[in-house]
Amino acid sequence: MLIFECPYCGVHAEESELSPGGEAHLKRFGPGSDDADFESYLFIRENPKGVHFERWRHSNGCGKWFHAARCTMTLEVFGTYVAQTFEPPQDLKEKITAKRPGWSWRDFS
Amino acid sequence: MKRYSAFAIAREALRFHSGWERAWRNPEPKKKYDVIIVGAGGHGLATAYYLGRNFGITNVAVIEKGWLGGGNTGRNTTIIRSNYLQDPSAAIYEKARSLYENLSQDLNYNVMFSPRGVMMLAQTHHEIRGYQRTAHANALQGVTTEFISPQKVKELCPIINLDGPRYPVLGALWQPRGGTARHDAVAWGYARACSDMGMDIIQQCEVKAVRQNDGKVVGVDTTKGAIDGDKLGLVVAGHSGVLADMAGFRLPVESVALQALVSEPIKPCMDVVVMANTVHGYMSQSDKGEMVIGGGADGYNNYTQRGSFHHVEETVRALVETFPMISRLKMLRWWGGIVDMTGDRSPILSKTPLENCFINCGWGTGGFKAIPGSGWGMAELMAKGQSSLTEEFTMSRFKDGKFIDESVAAGVAH
Ligand SMILES: Cc1cc2nc3c(=O)[nH]c(=O)nc-3n(C[C@H](O)[C@H](O)[C@H](O)COP(=O)(O)OP(=O)(O)OC[C@H]3O[C@@H](n4cnc5c(N)ncnc54)[C@H](O)[C@@H]3O)c2cc1C
Ligand SMILES: [Zn+2]
Repeated sequence: MLIFECPYCGVHAEESELSPGGEAHLKRFGPGSDDADFESYLFIRENPKGVHFERWRHSNGCGKWFHAARCTMTLEVFGTYVAQTFEPPQDLKEKITAKRPGWSWRDFS
Repeated sequence: MKRYSAFAIAREALRFHSGWERAWRNPEPKKKYDVIIVGAGGHGLATAYYLGRNFGITNVAVIEKGWLGGGNTGRNTTIIRSNYLQDPSAAIYEKARSLYENLSQDLNYNVMFSPRGVMMLAQTHHEIRGYQRTAHANALQGVTTEFISPQKVKELCPIINLDGPRYPVLGALWQPRGGTARHDAVAWGYARACSDMGMDIIQQCEVKAVRQNDGKVVGVDTTKGAIDGDKLGLVVAGHSGVLADMAGFRLPVESVALQALVSEPIKPCMDVVVMANTVHGYMSQSDKGEMVIGGGADGYNNYTQRGSFHHVEETVRALVETFPMISRLKMLRWWGGIVDMTGDRSPILSKTPLENCFINCGWGTGGFKAIPGSGWGMAELMAKGQSSLTEEFTMSRFKDGKFIDESVAAGVAH
């Protein structure tokens, strides 16, 4: 069972208190963008076997969206961070590097 | 290969069963093959089988990192139906279902296909309209289905509680020739027939890299060394993203856990398959008497082959409402598989940006039923470069907006 610390209210929330929201840090494309960009925004996904970044919502708690870093192979949670950012915080990236040397995810590593 | 028959059983009974041969060879890889298939699940093995049977291509290797049939093919709840909404789906799933009818004879291997009938309960007014629409679509597609009344539901499945507390049964979409089959036997039967045609099924051999030259595939690197191949088929379900990464392209696919569980065996009490999609639960009874139960998929990426407890709890809670008599049953086994979900909940059978590399994936929570049809179409696609069964299931449909939308149609797609 996954347990995340909500970066807003500080509660250690287990899975049934949360809703998964899919891949993090998607670049949004709207009307006027070309087909390939629109496709990659809507459908193409990272799907890594290992380090992954996601959005989650503390839906049965404070209700807020946040980000989480997690391993899809072991279900280990590396950490959570606020929603108002385009990339994971440096200290979290370092923490992941200590545990999964050489990891990379899109442009982050 | 010695054929299985009633006579063979009698013959072996007289000599203490000393004459049965191995069902398939366990060869070391050759240097080169005409076709390499990655993944010895049902879809990979069926692709190899129809390459040989329909196109005479038998210099084929099927490479499997674990044991054959040990992925989702050996983990599913074996529901077979073809009552989908969209025409391309109905075509490939009905092709598969009709091949299942004679598969045991075709493979000389008992896959225990049991067309006992599949019923999808309508438990909301939205579902009634949805299933009636599907029934009409199926009539046009030549797939025999019928929308039946709650009374007929009760007749076909007396253990159902029609007026459950949350969701009463308002009717059902009934496919009389849907049913189940023995999942392992499907993999084993295809494997035996492939091996008999001279194909190599190489188990305990993981593909680590896809080798290419000039935008064309030339082979794979595996834990048993490099193997050359003119054509490559990636048929690895939950690991499609990993293999696509090796081949250098991206997919509209996410891998999530789907779980199932079986109860202790009880006396026969249910001779149809029942699916309750609103509450995410479905159930059938195996020949051994166990109640085979499945539910919804988890909502987040996962490669661990186990899912979350609360999902199972939801499934069982929903089924107890619909089948109160199962509330005291003990559960015996519980497991998960990693399923490959696409945005429109339809599969991908397609060429890829890498020349001579083909992919068959995205069957998600519902690909067991499709194994023979998928293998048939995939083999044609790989042999001839196109197939009428697969032409709509391209990976470019997400860019072109030509979805084969079964997610709104079915809700759940088992
Ligand atoms: C719990 C559960 C219930 C289900 N219920 C139903 C149902 O009732 N009806 C239905 O129609 N469908 C159902 N499904 C879906 C169905 O099981 C799958 O769609 C189908 O089995 C997929 O078959 P496959 O051959 O594509 O994949 P798999 O059987 O998973 O085979 C893929 C193979 O590829 C191998 N592989 C992966 N990576 C590598 C590598 N790098 N090198 C070599 N080999 C590799 C794996 O080891 C695996 O054996 C269910 C699935 C689950 C998990
Ligand atoms: Zn919170």
